Amino acid sequence: MATLDRSDALFRYLLRLGDTALVLGHRLSEWCGHGPVLEEDIALANVALDLTGQANELLTYAAEVEGRGRDADALAFLRDGFDFRNLLLAEQPNGDFGRTMVRQLLFDAHDLELQAALQGSTDSRLAAIAGKAVKEAAYHFKHSADWVIRLGDGTDESHARVAAALDALWPYTGEMFQSDDAHAALQAAGIAPDLQALRLRWRARIDAVLAEATLAAPAEGWMQAGGIAGRHSEHLGHLLATMQFLQRAYPGARW
Amino acid sequence: MDQGRAMTEKAKGEKAAGERDWPLFEVFVRSKTGLAHRHFGSLHAPDQAMALDMARDVYTRRAEGVSIWVVPSAAIVASDPGEKAALFDPMAEKAYRHPTFYPMPDGVKNI
Repeated sequence: MATLDRSDALFRYLLRLGDTALVLGHRLSEWCGHGPVLEEDIALANVALDLTGQANELLTYAAEVEGRGRDADALAFLRDGFDFRNLLLAEQPNGDFGRTMVRQLLFDAHDLELQAALQGSTDSRLAAIAGKAVKEAAYHFKHSADWVIRLGDGTDESHARVAAALDALWPYTGEMFQSDDAHAALQAAGIAPDLQALRLRWRARIDAVLAEATLAAPAEGWMQAGGIAGRHSEHLGHLLATMQFLQRAYPGARW
Repeated sequence: MDQGRAMTEKAKGEKAAGERDWPLFEVFVRSKTGLAHRHFGSLHAPDQAMALDMARDVYTRRAEGVSIWVVPSAAIVASDPGEKAALFDPMAEKAYRHPTFYPMPDGVKNI
């Protein structure tokens, strides 16, 4: 394989991070007006806006690195699904509230460790973005952990629902710690962190929450993969159809 | 957590769990260091820890605060509006209790 150009690798890695934040932020925004209680409806919207804000910064940087005259909006609204590099976990449907919280917990524990590690990136722009995101991620993790603990250690029904969600979503967690040639090149340059060390810290956080929630982590097994290479589940196309509708139907429309 | 479990047990015993079973909390926010906490509003939450989370999300979204207190509404003892005249009217004519007879130094704020 030809040596991957540094800026190509950085562009792809920024899409991996930025698309994941964008897609998950959009998923959470689908709860707006449908939250189980008003207070939680607002909380979910807050998390969605944090992630969308991170996506904006990451995709703005990605567009600059790419250097082909695109901006964050063009990347977000005018690319098709196979160009998205988000984690498959981010595009999984919300399901019930418990399932959304389990998805969020699995992501947040990883995001908190990832952003903390990226603060030490040799790429100062990425380190600065992480410096802001790590505070948001810390609160997101507290929020989703608080809910999973209460639902897991709640009623028989709430326990059964989050246990089923954990089984269903667990196979999507492997991709968070999967490297590829772009990531490997950036890790060698001190830009991206070691994902295996990250996985251990993620697992310690998850295990602590699950123990308090009286839930058991599923056995290690086959893991889904493909999102960071542009191979997605059917859910992403439906999500993009909603998210991109306005710019597709009315090109160049502005707020 | 104990209070959270207690609420869950209560919900199981009476009716389907829902927000109607959640107790009400009063939210107090200190808007900046040096000022007192001020009553901002109220919210329903399953327990004290979640009440604090929710207060953060509902009442400090626009950087209104540096510190939050949440208090179970049931813990607040309030004066009776019917006793308003007896409690407060006698102060109406005691103007000498107001510090209006002294010049205030420049630069003193929040009084």
